[in-house]
Amino acid sequence: MRHIISILIENEAGALSRVAGLFSARGYNIESLTVAPTEDASLSRMTLVTTGSEEVIEQITKQLNKLIDIVKLVDLSEGPHIERELMLIKVRAEKSARDELKRLADIFRAHIIDVTDASYIIEMTGDGNKLDAFVRLLGEDLIVEVVRSGPLAIARGPKGLTI
Amino acid sequence: MELSGAEIVVQALKDEGVDYVFGYPGGAVLHIYDALFRQSDVKHILVRHEQGATHAADGYARATGRPGCVLVTSGPGATNAVTGIATAHMDSIPLVVLTGQVPTPFIGSDAFQEVDTVGITRPCVKHNFLVKRREDLAATIHKAFFIATTGRPGPVVVDIPKDVTDPNIKIPYEHPRKVSMRSYSPVEKGHPGQIKKAVELLLAAERPMVYTGGGVVTGDAAAELTELIRATGFPVTNTLMGLGAYPATDRQFLGMLGMHGTYEANMAMHECDVLLAIGARFDDRVTGKIAQFCPNAKIIHIDIDPSSISKNVRVDVPIVGPVKRVVHDMVKVVQEHKGRLNREALGRWWERIEGWRKIDCMRYDRHSDSIKPQFAVETLYKITRDQDFYLTSDVGQHQMFAAQFYKFDKPRRWINSGGLGTMGFGLPSAMGVQLAYPDATVACVSGEASILMCIQELATCKQHGLPIKVVLLNNGYMGMVRQWQEFFYGGRYSHSYVDSLPDFVGLAQSFGHVGMRIEKPAELEDAMREAFGMKDRLVFMDVAVDPAENVYPMIEAGKGHHEMYLPPHFSSDTELA
Repeated sequence: MRHIISILIENEAGALSRVAGLFSARGYNIESLTVAPTEDASLSRMTLVTTGSEEVIEQITKQLNKLIDIVKLVDLSEGPHIERELMLIKVRAEKSARDELKRLADIFRAHIIDVTDASYIIEMTGDGNKLDAFVRLLGEDLIVEVVRSGPLAIARGPKGLTI
Repeated sequence: MELSGAEIVVQALKDEGVDYVFGYPGGAVLHIYDALFRQSDVKHILVRHEQGATHAADGYARATGRPGCVLVTSGPGATNAVTGIATAHMDSIPLVVLTGQVPTPFIGSDAFQEVDTVGITRPCVKHNFLVKRREDLAATIHKAFFIATTGRPGPVVVDIPKDVTDPNIKIPYEHPRKVSMRSYSPVEKGHPGQIKKAVELLLAAERPMVYTGGGVVTGDAAAELTELIRATGFPVTNTLMGLGAYPATDRQFLGMLGMHGTYEANMAMHECDVLLAIGARFDDRVTGKIAQFCPNAKIIHIDIDPSSISKNVRVDVPIVGPVKRVVHDMVKVVQEHKGRLNREALGRWWERIEGWRKIDCMRYDRHSDSIKPQFAVETLYKITRDQDFYLTSDVGQHQMFAAQFYKFDKPRRWINSGGLGTMGFGLPSAMGVQLAYPDATVACVSGEASILMCIQELATCKQHGLPIKVVLLNNGYMGMVRQWQEFFYGGRYSHSYVDSLPDFVGLAQSFGHVGMRIEKPAELEDAMREAFGMKDRLVFMDVAVDPAENVYPMIEAGKGHHEMYLPPHFSSDTELA
């Protein structure tokens, strides 16, 4: 099953490689991993998407908790949460295709953020399925380049992941 | 006070109570070595290879319970230390390893003797640090000791660039008495509700079994364990790492379990209805085939490390906490309800166990013309049992024979590389033990293959006057490899015969020690007595043992506890349970 694990980790050199190294050393899957500093500059927040059986996920959370630099973590999949991913997609936009691309972007509530004679860059957020659908719809011929952030996630409700 | 970085390193070690640091100098640590030279509180033991330094510090830590300390230079100094660091990591031994690093402006430039020490050691340490600022040096070293010694202990590496130890720049130093870290706070006691639940299971058990590991030794819980076993009347087995946590000469002790465990211990594991695992980690050499592990048992597991629980085997009642405290709390609850123990069923269980014990699974040929390795260990036991005695071991058949035939009645007396299985561990770890306990008798049981992996440390023993007794069970083969090749590879002994062995007597003498060659069973006891009588000399006993002897019982990898091979001279109907 797919799990989203949110991690607060000391913002120190090498912290990211401790997490990545743990996954490769123990043979766990990483689907995506995003990391950036939080409002408290001494802490980074990671969002990690992984898959595995219940036993494997239990081991993953325990092994992560064992890393000295990790301050706190939560498996967001255990409760209601919101997931968003950012995608920037560069497409061929020549003459006849331009209007249709603009319409599609509007339907998906995406924005065109760069325009040339021959191309658009479209910015889009949503959950992974929505982004996948848009990519499928455009098809290989139109797509020049796709960059995705990997999911970010946050639990619903008033409680926060803080120290 | 104002100190340079190099002086801070030495002062921090003093403040942490370090009496010995095991090391080897080199370019990146010269400032620190200069600071060591100008004081006498922290004594430096010069090894002959950095692997020896880590094993010596490890032996010191295992015997004393205090952290071992290592100082090596950058590059090859650090990489040579890695085997010892990984060894300590697998067995949860507290070490603080200080490694030199190239000056900060050179980091990443492939400078002379530069390696990414933090990167290389990351998977085999509890934690590691690169100290980039002089101002962080003291706090980092104190943190390293705190992390190494608390919770589930383990090695911590502190990588120190040379410019950080610059002798010309002084900054204020203060010993922080207490370290606190928001990201690290080990548990201090077990959950009382879980302990009650566990005791309920134990009280109702008809065929209970207690299986304990290295955690009881490192967690200093041997006394509490003994109290629990005595209070319940339950049978107990120890893992290779756990030997000595319960007195081996006691009737309730069933011997070691696992791949080369006793028949009675393994059968009791297989048939028990409640299993209490304490400070053990369900290693594959212990469990055999997971699907057949304790098939009828409810399992209780006490461990300081939550990630040990339900890692390999699903447990029913997990208790996270320091074993000493948890077992102490458990004994209290057991004492209150002792009357509810099922004595009648327990009596029947013991009858069954005694039946297994009668098989005498470790019987061997006592009338052989050649020295049997089992006989050598038994003789060693006979001679040293009444002494203040520590035994270290290398890895292989001799290690198993020692574990099976030396009866350890106290914890921290049996020192071996259980998890990583590091050949070369025995001699340097004995150095650490002997330094910690100069008046104790320290022996290292080894094989002719293992001993050569760290033989250079004989020079360290000479320099520092360490009267270790080396008991070399010399069978000419990498015995355990040969045994597997005999059993599983049709007797094709691929590269397990150690040709061109040195003359060990001459070799020991050339290092300034006493060498002895022992070839006949009848000579063994007298020769050993003579060797152990030389209190202030290292004596190297080269004992010629039967090259064909195998370690029994044996459970093949991937088989269940009830599928043991017993020695070939047993009748066929008892070979497998």
